[in-house]
This record gives sequence, C-alpha cells and structure tokens, in this order.
Amino acid sequence: MRVDAEDNVIRVARLTKTYETAAGPFPALRGVDLDIRRGEYVAIMGPSGSGKSTFMNLLGCLDTPSSGEYALVGRNVAHLPGDELAALRNRTIGFVFQGFNLLPRMTLEDNVALPLVYAHVEREERRRRAREMLARVGLEGYARSLPARISGGQQQRVAIARALINGPRLILADEPTGNLDSHTSEEIMTFFRELNDEGITIVLVTHEADIAAHAERQVRFLDGLIVSDRPTPRMEMPTC
Amino acid sequence: MLSVMLGEAWHAMGCNRLRTALTMLGMVIGVGSVVLMMAIGQGAQYAVAQTISTMGSNLYVIIAGWTQQAGVRSGGGYGFTLRLGDADAIEELDGVSLVAPAHQGTQQVVYGSKNWSSVIVGTTPAYLEARAWSVASGYGMDDSDVRSATRVALVGKTVVESLFEADEEPLGKTIRIRNTPFTIIGTLAPKGQNLDGRDQDDTIIVPLTTAQRKVFGVPFAGSIRQIVVQAESNEAMPAVEKSVTALLRQRHRLRADQDNDFYIRNLAAAADSAAETTRVMSLLLGAIASVSLLVGGIGIMNIMLVSVTERTREIGVRMAIGARQKDILAQFLLEAIMISITGCLIGLALGIGSALAVNALTDMVIVISGSAVLVAFVVAAGVGVFFGFYPARKAAALDPIEALRYQ
Ligand SMILES: Nc1ncnc2c1ncn2[C@@H]1O[C@H](COP(=O)(O)OP(=O)(O)OP(=O)(O)O)[C@@H](O)[C@H]1O
Ligand SMILES: [Mg+2]
Repeated sequence: MRVDAEDNVIRVARLTKTYETAAGPFPALRGVDLDIRRGEYVAIMGPSGSGKSTFMNLLGCLDTPSSGEYALVGRNVAHLPGDELAALRNRTIGFVFQGFNLLPRMTLEDNVALPLVYAHVEREERRRRAREMLARVGLEGYARSLPARISGGQQQRVAIARALINGPRLILADEPTGNLDSHTSEEIMTFFRELNDEGITIVLVTHEADIAAHAERQVRFLDGLIVSDRPTPRMEMPTC
Repeated sequence: MLSVMLGEAWHAMGCNRLRTALTMLGMVIGVGSVVLMMAIGQGAQYAVAQTISTMGSNLYVIIAGWTQQAGVRSGGGYGFTLRLGDADAIEELDGVSLVAPAHQGTQQVVYGSKNWSSVIVGTTPAYLEARAWSVASGYGMDDSDVRSATRVALVGKTVVESLFEADEEPLGKTIRIRNTPFTIIGTLAPKGQNLDGRDQDDTIIVPLTTAQRKVFGVPFAGSIRQIVVQAESNEAMPAVEKSVTALLRQRHRLRADQDNDFYIRNLAAAADSAAETTRVMSLLLGAIASVSLLVGGIGIMNIMLVSVTERTREIGVRMAIGARQKDILAQFLLEAIMISITGCLIGLALGIGSALAVNALTDMVIVISGSAVLVAFVVAAGVGVFFGFYPARKAAALDPIEALRYQ
C-alpha cells in the first residue's frame, strides 16, 4: 500500500476482524475506514460489544486484522512478524488500560522504566528517565513505593508515565477512567489534554459523554462499523 | 538486559520464598544424593583398586584338595594332596616366573605377657616377591633359613601393634608361636585389607620348614597345603593354568574320570570381578540418585507452570509494552535455571558435607572427584533448562490480548 502523508499517524482501510468462536465465525469488525492525523485527539464511543476494544487492539499492534490495511506512521503494519510488532508497541505506541495493569511486585519506578528494559536502555538512564516521568505525573516522592500503596488515580498516572517513557507518537487508552471516580477522571483527562497540547496523538475509548467531550473528534461504532465521525460540538464547556 | 533479567529472576524467586525453597529442595536432595552416592561408589572402587594392587599381579593359588577313593572324600578341611615336589615341577613350566609353596594357619602368639592370635604363613622367599610384599625394617628371610629351618619371623604391622608398646623396637625380640621361640628379623610393609576384608597386616611369615616342623606339623614329609604361582604376564595366565593342571594331574596319577584333587584359584580373576562388582554398584547408586534429580526437575517444571499461570496478566502487560516472545521465554527460562542452579549449589555443599561426615563417622572410603561435582552441576543446570523450557515456551506463546484479559 502506498502511503502519501506522513501526516497520518493512523490510516485504516476496509479493516475487518473475525473471531472464530464455538458458534462459528463472529465478525467483530466489518470493514472500518479511519484516518487519524498527527496531534489529533479522538474519542471512540459505542455500545458494548460494538467492536471498540477489538479495534484498539488492532491499532495497538496487539493483534492482526483478518483483512484490510493498517498503516501506522506511514508504515504498513497489518502483517508484520511478532518481533517487529513488539518493537512498535515498545517505541511508537503507549498503552493506558482501564485496570492500570501495573506489575504488583515492582516499585513504581521499575514499573515506569520497564519499557526501557525492552528498548535496551542502560540502567542509570532508565532510572533517571523513570524518576523524571514520575515527577511529571506528580508522583516524585513515590519512586520506591509499590502499586498497592497508592490510590487508583495515582496508579493510572503511573501507568500513563509508563506509556510515555519511550516517547511514543500515539497513546491508546481503552476506557482509562472506567475504574475511577468522576473527580479523578477529570484529573486524568486534564493530563491527557496537556499531552495532546504537546503534540501526542491520543485515541481513547469511553462510554461517557463528558469524557468524550475532552476529545476534539468523536467516532461512534455500532456492530463492527463506524456509524458516525464528527468533531466534538463546542457549545458548552465543562463548568469549572 | 541480562543483568536486569537476572535481577528480576532473583526478585521473583524471593517473592514466594517458601515455594521457591520447596521447589529447590527437590534439586538440593537430587544433587546432594548424586554427589554422596558418587563419592561412596568411587570410594568403594578406589578401595578395591587399592586392595588389588596389594595382592601381587598374575597370581594363582593352588590349594590342596581331597583324594577320591571310590567316590568318597577322605578327611575334612584341607586335604594333603600337594607336595613340595609339585612346586619344584611347576617351577620348570613355561610362563611361570615364581613359585612359592606355603602352609598357613591361625595360631596363638605370645610376647612377654601379651597374647595375640595371628595368621602364620610358612613359606619361601619367593612368596614375598610374588605378593610384592616388601620388608619395612630389618631383613627378609633367605633360602638358607628355609634349608636349615631357622626360627626367624617377619611380622606385619598389626602384629607389631598388638604385641609391642608403641616405643618398643620389635626387631631382635623373641616371640613364641606354639611354644617355639622365633626371633623377629624384619617387619612387613603394611598392605591393609584383602578382598575378603581380612587384615593382611595381621600376618607372621616364617620359613616353610620351621612352620611345618614346629608350628603346624605335617602328616608326612614334603606335604604342603598351597602353592602360590606367579605367571610371567597376564597373557600367559590361561596357558599356565592349563599346564599346571595337566602337570599336577599327571603327577598325582589321576585317571581321566577322576576330578582334580586340588583347586586353582585365579586371584586376578577374583580381583577383576571385585572391581566389576564395585563399578556396577557405583553406577547403580548414581542411577538411583539421578532419579531424585529427575524428580527435582519435574518439581521445577510444576512450579514454573503454576508461576506462568499466576503471572499471565503480567506477561500480557510485558508484551503490550514491547517484550518480544524471546524476552518472555528468556525470563522464565532464566528463573528456572536460577532455581535449579541455586538448588544445585546447596545440594553440592550438602552432598560433600555428608560425604565427609560419612568418611569421619565410618571407615568407608570416600572419593569426591572434581569431575563428579562438575557432572552433577552441569546435569542440574541441564535439568533446569530442560524442565524450564516447556513452561517458558508456554509463557512466550501466550496471546497478549488473552493474557491481558486474564483475571
Ligand atoms: N477473542 C474473542 N473471541 C470471540 N469473540 C470475541 C473475542 N473478543 C471479542 N469478541 C466479541 O467481539 C465483539 C466485540 O468485542 P469488543 O471487546 O471489541 O467490544 P467493545 O466495543 O470493546 O465492548 P465493551 O464496551 O463492552 O468493552 C463482542 O461481541 C465480543 O463478544
Ligand atoms: Mg471494550
């Protein structure tokens, strides 16, 4: 596939994903086209089972599509071998999960630095960058703590620090506020806003309209297809 | 990268100490018993080899049997079918290098107020030569002692220790065997136990003639109980056995339908079979111990499988942030190897320790060879790789999405 613009972080065309289940093949995605430009902030919405997570997994190179094309930062990645997908997940993409997914037995510092281990960064450099990143998410005092000792909101900030540490172009967040109360959710969203202002592309799945309102573009899924794709209406801003 | 992974493996081992320790225990016991069993087995082999080297090489012992008259054996115990003339005749045969007629038996020995029961061997100087038995102090006997039946004696180390005080010089002293005084002219170099476990140093060697006249007595002149024959070489032994048998049958006028009236005991063959027995024994010990090593390995596999399942989500996270399959494989493999090597080191220490303890507490000979230790170590590391590989591969083959979803 020819890719014309380096400007597009994501170009997806006719993407399908069919799961083989006991009841026969199940088409979770049935032909999705979507371009996301550098620096965009996109919210993906839709009812449960509409294929949002399936789509995010494909974008995140955790899975490969059944058919269709996917270009990530100008590179066709739909059928790359596993090691190259791993390298992309390591350097180009940062994941933020609903359940935070910190490793429970590691200190926050080691958790944040973990992607650098797989990028073969030196120990001292890893530590320096991890502390820097923790400071950025407002947790400088917690480098040697274990994840269980801090609150959910703090854990999600550590997870964001981990997602950012290798300087990714793209942050993929599947319901990042799903486990947080509304106040903490707002904090996290403010942080995403800052990141996006710095030029990082963000794709975020959410069920909640007020979370989606932080994005500048909203894409709606239904039954494995995109049914609407429009800018966020700017009529009312969240009250301060 | 490796140092990080080593650190993580170490950390993972420390996270569930009791479980790691129990897993390791299998390895510890496996390696420990291999090392101990090999030490005991090699010790036994060494002890036998040592004993064999004290026997003298290429030896036959011909022992007097019974004359058969109308199918009835005369007498019990030793027979009296061998004569001095037989020994002289054997000496003329091809392939025979030394012949020593001998008469031996256990007798009471007295020195001063001390009393000891010892094996008395009446023989000729050739006996010492054939048995490669050297004189530690004083002189050996010579042919003139045998001719004139002098009352001289060579005594073994145990005899000296039993009859004399530690600071007493045995040379020149007179001991009494069956009331006959013998003068000690030499002491024998120590030999230790023979293959039957008898203390060879509990021996007194005297001239054959003196022994027969003064100590044992003989039913008729020229009768002897055994003849020690040394062949020129190991290759010559079968031929010597054949010609000695033929010669003695002819001299004893045995008809073709009569059995031999003597026994020929091949000491070299006895030595070989003793060596073979201990070799098989030590192999067997090693094999049995290896089974516990195997069980230890299976224990590691079991725990690693549990660990992979428990840490499925962690594996998913690692994959999501950029771990390749081989990184995951290496992580779990390293953990298995680390458990087995740590267990192996502890097992080595324990095995060597208990081997030394066995050595100190019993009179068993223990040989701890570097190669045995090395083999145990390499095998243990191999067990770690072998039994760690399947769980590690299982971890590496996980689907990241499934793994992340795992509760
Ligand atoms: N591994 C799988 N095997 C079979 N079917 C699957 C698999 N993963 C997802 N599905 C099905 O595909 C459909 C889409 O799932 P997906 O997780 O993408 O939905 P979603 O939009 O993220 O839903 P939610 O909002 O509940 O997270 C669902 O019907 C789901 O049951
Ligand atoms: Mg979902």
